[in-house]
Amino acid sequence: MAVISYREALNQAMREEMERDENVFIMGEEVGHYNGAYKVTQGLLQRFSERRVIDAPIAEMGFAGIGIGAAMVGLRPIIEFMTFNFSLVAIDQIVNNAAKIYQMSGGQYHIPIVFRGPGGPAVQVGSQHSQSLESYYAHVPGLKVVMPSTAADAKGLLKSAIRDDNPVVFIEGETLYNTTWEVPDVAPGSPSELIPIGKADVKRTGKDITLIAWSKMVWTCLDASKVLAEQGIECEVVDPRTLRPLDVETLATSVKKTGRCVIVEVGWPVAGFGAEVAYQMQKHCMDVLDAPIERVTSDDVPMPYAKNLELEVQPQVADVVAAVKRALYME
Amino acid sequence: MKYGRAVATASKRVEHDDHHEYVDTTPEELAPLYRQMLAIRRMEEASAKAYSQGKIGGFLHLIIGQEAVCVGATAALKPEDYVVATYREHGHAYAKGVGARPIMAELYGKKTGCVKGLGGSMHIFDKATNFLGGYGIVGGHVPIAAGAAFASKYRGDKRVALCFFGEGASTIGGFAEGLALAALWKIPVVLICENNQYSMGTPVYRSLAVEDVSLRAIGHGMARDRFDGDDVVKVKRRIAEAVDRARTTNEPTLVEVVTYRFRGHSMSDPGLYRTKEEVEEWKQRDPLGRCRQRLLDIGFPQADLDAMEADVKAEIEDAVKFAEDSPPADDYKSYVIKE
Repeated sequence: MAVISYREALNQAMREEMERDENVFIMGEEVGHYNGAYKVTQGLLQRFSERRVIDAPIAEMGFAGIGIGAAMVGLRPIIEFMTFNFSLVAIDQIVNNAAKIYQMSGGQYHIPIVFRGPGGPAVQVGSQHSQSLESYYAHVPGLKVVMPSTAADAKGLLKSAIRDDNPVVFIEGETLYNTTWEVPDVAPGSPSELIPIGKADVKRTGKDITLIAWSKMVWTCLDASKVLAEQGIECEVVDPRTLRPLDVETLATSVKKTGRCVIVEVGWPVAGFGAEVAYQMQKHCMDVLDAPIERVTSDDVPMPYAKNLELEVQPQVADVVAAVKRALYME
Repeated sequence: MKYGRAVATASKRVEHDDHHEYVDTTPEELAPLYRQMLAIRRMEEASAKAYSQGKIGGFLHLIIGQEAVCVGATAALKPEDYVVATYREHGHAYAKGVGARPIMAELYGKKTGCVKGLGGSMHIFDKATNFLGGYGIVGGHVPIAAGAAFASKYRGDKRVALCFFGEGASTIGGFAEGLALAALWKIPVVLICENNQYSMGTPVYRSLAVEDVSLRAIGHGMARDRFDGDDVVKVKRRIAEAVDRARTTNEPTLVEVVTYRFRGHSMSDPGLYRTKEEVEEWKQRDPLGRCRQRLLDIGFPQADLDAMEADVKAEIEDAVKFAEDSPPADDYKSYVIKE
């Protein structure tokens, strides 16, 4: 097992898939000569040349659409958004074209494309650069939405996304790029190099309560679990990893075991993806729930800049601990 | 030649070529073009009738009056080339080789439609003829066409993509970004603005500061052309220049073809924003009628013309009957995610 960073894991995934398949190319702002705004594409230009690592000008709608057109006729583009905040100017392409062409064409054309880049709040970058937009994309039939929390998941899931015949919205945690995790030493070509899209992962086992979280909130929940363990409360942390399609079975299996559930997301509360998860859990686990399902989200405001306010808005370990105690009727 | 032969004008009136000047042609070249234009006209008329009978639903945007553009332009292509079109695309699909039967069945929402009743009038696709679809979001398909052409350049397979759109699309971002990237990356796409002078009910002088859309190419160093679209042979020749440029040099071209739609924007539009006189004036130079007369003038036998017209009538009647008799659409779940 090698311990590598989330950033390096993504880089390896793209590098290996580009070695494997000539039809895979990367297009986005600063992906080539600059080596990526977040250095995720570091070194790929040198290896694969300007033909396959394409620096795009600032035109997300344009290059997202070019990727879709190229995918229609058989290429497998990876479109990098410098951040998913900028995907909003390309959302027409993603929702109206990428997600619908397979249906609109009666199954004649499919769109094997990955839209990837960082999402979620970083550190003090203000309201327009600090959004969690997964609910927007998870709403749309025809898309898959993947949000890995660890380096191992990032690598295995990105490889699966690139090989998927459908459009995949792959949202990376902006604050996770430097985090490290054990990534199995698997030779490219081995079936175990892939992590299937649509499979949740239990990140920590526990008997008292289930915490459901994705992307950087997995880390917050793991930290909260340590605090709670010291108080004798054993949390099970389940990471869906993919929001669409959602692995309801694995999530519900955990909730049926513990009888309690807290859903933690860094997005906004209203129509956040956690609301859908809560619906699914109450529907599948109603008979065994010992308490109402709790949600922990960011506050319902545009993100403020000041560091203290920014932390206050987002779910912190203390917020998760408090929610767990509410669900356990300890407060 | 970096720049095409633009007619630069900021006037409030669209300039026209001399309508008595025809491009040289032969009966062998012109007859199949006329046949396609006539079939499209009859297909559109049949669909309008079916719409008024409640057999076709939703939006129905007819191309009557503009047939020379899609027929002439598509005639400049090879079968492996791509076409991307708008929601006013029945004619483009037919010209690319999609049959009247699957088109009409699609309008009827039948299982035998070219996209199995899932798309309707605005979303005709046909992989067999490289017809990459009709799109309902104005301008959003321009990058799609550039993407198909990008793939051609990436693989070196020398395919060209034609992208059709109206002058109303020239104000939206998808057009602007598609144009900019096609020029920057030298993508072998031909962007064809079918300027029918109204974006829905808004005339060009109320939607464009400069009415010559082809001028947008200049700022991108892109080749351009602009001409009127009444003579199908002229359309074919001029688009062929752009297609050849794309195929041999990967250089894109922005082409503006000035044309006119005789019907409203869609079936629900009575066209109150323009005068009867204006419409009548344009109907005087109906590209279909001009083409028919030209065909006779250059020696195509009347008897052959009569036979062709009867054949077209039968083809469209057969398509309507096929659509009427086809089973209803029955599957909306199989084509959401490819397994």
